Amino acid sequence: MHVPLSYYLILSAILFGLGVLGFLLKRNIIAIFMSLELMLNAVNLSFVAFSYAWQQISGQIFVFFVIVVAAAEAAVGLAIIIMIFRNRASLNIERINLMKL
Amino acid sequence: MSVPVTDLLRILPELVLAVFGTLIVLVEPFLRRTQKSLTGYIALIGALLALLSTLAPAMYPGPAFNGLVLVDGFSIFFHFLLLMITTLTIVASFRYLEREGLPQGEFYALLLFATIGMGLMASGNELVLVFLGLETVSIATYVLVGFRRTEVRSNEAAMKYFLLGSFATAFMLYGIALLFGATGTTFLPDIARQLAEGGGMRTLALMGMGLLFVGLGFKLALVPFQAWVPDVYEGAPTPVTAFLSAGPKAAVLAAFLRIFFTALEPLSGSWVWVIWATAILTMCIGNLGALMQDNIKRMLAYSSIAHAGYILIAFAAHSELGIAAVLFYLVAYALMKLGAFSIVSHVSAGEAHQSIDDYAGLHARHPLLAACLTVFLLSLIGIPLTGGFFGKLYIFTAGIDANLMGLVIVGVVNSALSAAYYLRVVKVMYMSEPQGNLAVVPVPASLVFVLTLTVLGTIGLGVFPSPILQFAQQSVLPLP
Repeated sequence: MHVPLSYYLILSAILFGLGVLGFLLKRNIIAIFMSLELMLNAVNLSFVAFSYAWQQISGQIFVFFVIVVAAAEAAVGLAIIIMIFRNRASLNIERINLMKL
Repeated sequence: MSVPVTDLLRILPELVLAVFGTLIVLVEPFLRRTQKSLTGYIALIGALLALLSTLAPAMYPGPAFNGLVLVDGFSIFFHFLLLMITTLTIVASFRYLEREGLPQGEFYALLLFATIGMGLMASGNELVLVFLGLETVSIATYVLVGFRRTEVRSNEAAMKYFLLGSFATAFMLYGIALLFGATGTTFLPDIARQLAEGGGMRTLALMGMGLLFVGLGFKLALVPFQAWVPDVYEGAPTPVTAFLSAGPKAAVLAAFLRIFFTALEPLSGSWVWVIWATAILTMCIGNLGALMQDNIKRMLAYSSIAHAGYILIAFAAHSELGIAAVLFYLVAYALMKLGAFSIVSHVSAGEAHQSIDDYAGLHARHPLLAACLTVFLLSLIGIPLTGGFFGKLYIFTAGIDANLMGLVIVGVVNSALSAAYYLRVVKVMYMSEPQGNLAVVPVPASLVFVLTLTVLGTIGLGVFPSPILQFAQQSVLPLP
């Protein structure tokens, strides 16, 4: 069965939107971090769908780069989160407010 | 399939940096605790060699790696600028790292790796490469910002920078995906060709452009995406703050200019007014924010937001004159910001004394430091005989040339407004009594070196601007 391109794009936009909402509304750093990953993977879905629609392999290759970058970001991000937990014993974003915004 | 030698020559600076960065990581574990500072000298040699090896791509300009990399005057100019910034940051960090007892090898290695990313952003002619360059810079600087691991402020700054930076990355990536969807390619000239021919899906391309603007705007700290800047600049180790305010900013601007003036040129009717509005907001919010700060690092952070606004005036001019003005301004701006932050890193002694009141009577304790800081602050205002003056002059000229009178007037008013907070620091340094308990720490030789170069550069650009201006004019992107 042929699934039209727009279905993929709408799903991707919904996932990206959920990621943005999670980023803005969640209070736990780990949950915020998971929302970020959701946003990146929503973009990956768009890339693959476009790649299929254009019959261009480059979009799929881009997805691999995004996955690698996401892994590197996860390594650094989790290290930063561990550092914060060691020094403050809390992962609530509202308690991390030494400097005013 | 083998890689042609010319392709390798065209990325020689990046190769040199990669070799030296890896060398530092390999050598560092074998050094004794007292010898760790050796890594700083290796990094310095690496940065200087990379600066020298920029002559190779300068002699063999052209595309490399199937058009992924494009070496032209524009990318050469940015390579010189970015490597100068890295070299000065390395020297400025020598004493800081020893005094704070921070791990040195990792610090210098990360600086060099970040510089690789910046170089690739300046010469990237394809969105995937620009994205990878941007991420190389970002991931390295996330670590550098949180480098003082036991310090809660540094933790907090790293976390904010990481979360908001990744958030921006996701937006930028979505923008790239939509542009790819609209045109079927990620090569900048091909995107331009597709859009100019009216091919592809225009609505999709416009959405992609908007998201790309949001992502790059976050990294460049444009209003309304500037909220992270003061916190990150305050919490980061001061040499890292200096680096952040000069290096990644210039590199992101290089990618910004190249993407918008090459790939999205056919859509310029839709983005020029966005840049126009962002320029006004960025100047005003940056300067108003700076007026209200008591912490000198936060003040300089807001001032760097405002300066991004001035740069956008030349961006909005949308002309070769404007690009040359941006290039010249970035050189002057990098020199004064690096100089000012190096002085802050010395006077603040372990990040404890960041308040502007701690600079009271600095002229009695360190007459030369006070004089140098005065030069940088005057240059940031744009007083004649400093690089900042000619930088602003060229930007405003480019604005007038493009009939952007309103924007130029807002810029001039903002420059006048900014004098209030810069001169406040000068006044405190010269007119107020010292607050007692601050010891007179002798100025280390490395800082003397950095300050000599930055002061001479700042004044030199203000007296003889023409060599750098000519270089900038020869390095502009060709506009259709």
